[in-house]
Amino acid sequence: MRVAFLGASKGMGRALARLMAARGDGLFLLGRDTEDLTRSARDLEVRAGRGTVGVAACDLLQPEGFGAALAAAEKALGGLDAVVVTAGLFAPQERLEEDATLARRVLEADFSGAVLFCEEARKRLLARGGGTLCVFSSVAGERGRKPVVLYGAAKAGLSHYLEGLDHKFRAQGLKTVCVKPGFVKTSMTDGLTPPPFAGEPDDVARIVLRAIDRGTPVVYAPPIWRWIMAVIRLLPRAVMRKIGF
Amino acid sequence: MIEGWGRLPRPGREVRSEDFEDLTRDRALSRGLGRSYGDSSLPAQAGAVVASSVLADRLLSFAPESGVFRAEAGLSLQALNRLFLPRGFYSPIAPGTQYITLGGMVASDVHGKNHHRDGCFGAHVRRLKLRAADGRVVECGPDLEDELFRATVGGMGLTGHILEVEARLTRVPSSWILAETERIHDIDRFIDGLKEAGKDWPYTMGWIDCLSRGARLGRGILMRGRWAEPGEAPPAFPAPQRRPAVPFVLPGFVVSRLTVRLFNALYYGTHLPRLKRKLRHPEAFFYPLDAIGHWNRMYGPRGFTQYQCVLPDAAGRGAARRFLELLTRLGGASMLCVIKDCGAEGVGLLSFPKPGISIALDIPVRDHTQALVDALNELVIAEGGRVYLTKDQFTRPQHFRAMEPRLAEWLRIRRQWDPEGRIRSAQSVRIFGDTP
Repeated sequence: MRVAFLGASKGMGRALARLMAARGDGLFLLGRDTEDLTRSARDLEVRAGRGTVGVAACDLLQPEGFGAALAAAEKALGGLDAVVVTAGLFAPQERLEEDATLARRVLEADFSGAVLFCEEARKRLLARGGGTLCVFSSVAGERGRKPVVLYGAAKAGLSHYLEGLDHKFRAQGLKTVCVKPGFVKTSMTDGLTPPPFAGEPDDVARIVLRAIDRGTPVVYAPPIWRWIMAVIRLLPRAVMRKIGF
Repeated sequence: MIEGWGRLPRPGREVRSEDFEDLTRDRALSRGLGRSYGDSSLPAQAGAVVASSVLADRLLSFAPESGVFRAEAGLSLQALNRLFLPRGFYSPIAPGTQYITLGGMVASDVHGKNHHRDGCFGAHVRRLKLRAADGRVVECGPDLEDELFRATVGGMGLTGHILEVEARLTRVPSSWILAETERIHDIDRFIDGLKEAGKDWPYTMGWIDCLSRGARLGRGILMRGRWAEPGEAPPAFPAPQRRPAVPFVLPGFVVSRLTVRLFNALYYGTHLPRLKRKLRHPEAFFYPLDAIGHWNRMYGPRGFTQYQCVLPDAAGRGAARRFLELLTRLGGASMLCVIKDCGAEGVGLLSFPKPGISIALDIPVRDHTQALVDALNELVIAEGGRVYLTKDQFTRPQHFRAMEPRLAEWLRIRRQWDPEGRIRSAQSVRIFGDTP
């Protein structure tokens, strides 16, 4: 599988890219910091023990660069079978409430930036007759909740978009995989108190890779979050207003 | 709260980031997987923040012709071994656990079952990248800033934050270990057996029953191993092993004199026939304790300490006997008592091993633990030996000074790189008198 990967240098993206490299998938890394991406590319090459991993700059806050970045990936890989997006921005709700500039960045990166990147990826994959688009959204988008009002809103929009995309284009060969991680212990969540059922990036990566291979449209990781969110969605508003979850 | 493997906690907090180099800016201490038993990875100042290296785990290069690799300091030994064993390479040194980082392996200058032959990890390191106390990022190695290198290898992370490690892996003929175990009747024969086995076998060590007395003092099981040749081993790679874990902290009475006596008698008594030979999974051979997750919870709510000392060859064969006699007299029950012969002193100025016999024992923390460690330390000083800082939480500064003739040199180099004493740990406050 030839994969263009946005966000492979950190957290769950790093874990997933390593699994892909280990089984021989061709990878091309996209991200903001090309120096750091190059280190990740070397890591994947050593782990795979063969092949080379290319890199190109791509920032979710700069949609004008999406086309060139994906074109570079397609050229280097000699085609494109899948696009994976694990990149995103996160900040705790309190900080987003205080800092409007940061809030704007998070909303743009996690919603409009991510969606526009997917649009570019969709066109390229469809032009080749289809492929897989795997995007990391979040359980934060499942319901309006106190700790993730803004971040959750962006992720809700992203999940919504991915569902629509799947309905519209699956028949044409584009498989959309929307990943909804629960709390996973990564640098993004460092400093937050992990709830029970917090996951590890490696476990999430295994689940996501299976979902990519099968073309599962929605995947919760760790899987228990499917049931946790099912309960949360059923709670009456009066209860949601009282609890801090 | 933040704690070492011995589970004696101290107020503090870890911060993690893939960008470990940035994370170490202005930090007093960094840590890896927290497997040092005592206070070496705990903050000097109660409540302070310690930079964790565990997310910095990228491999940066590997040359299959030479086995030389370079990686970020947070890469674990388990990840390294699992990645390279199928390609015919293994870590040159296998310490007691795989759940340690490369940075920790350098900071503790770890040794393993092959110390008599291959020395410590530091002997296989070619380059280190450090963030020094003044914030500069520097490279050092045996042929570059060699003073800094020698002070860093075994220097308990006190000369700077270890960011990257370049070292050489060993080529192995197969993925399996051919191991022999043999029952030995007493301590003198044990030491002879270790020295004898060391002539032909790269990996040797022993477990001894340190509650047996008199003629049976120091009876135990001697283990020796080598990599199997291709013809002796199955071509299949050993599968990673799933492991059970101790789910919660067990009550303090689980490890008592009685239970330890029972365990030791069973372990020794059921080893039949006297000599066994078989192929072993390398993880099972090198890391038997890793088979049970959180085994440190077994020692109860007060935690435990490991006492590890080396008794030099110069002290004669009787030194180990005198040590065990004192230990049994003081009532230091230990389920795990590991004995190993050490080879030459390493390049690291504070590196633990020197030619002699190393003894390591786990001691559940009780009211008399400080007195027990003091008494053992006094014997070790009299014999000309020393203790391993990675295991230590109770050694007094005057005792450590008496054990370590190289200390002044190490302190001089450290002061040169860190005149203000910025980089420090709870252990360096306790033993080297750093300001908290």
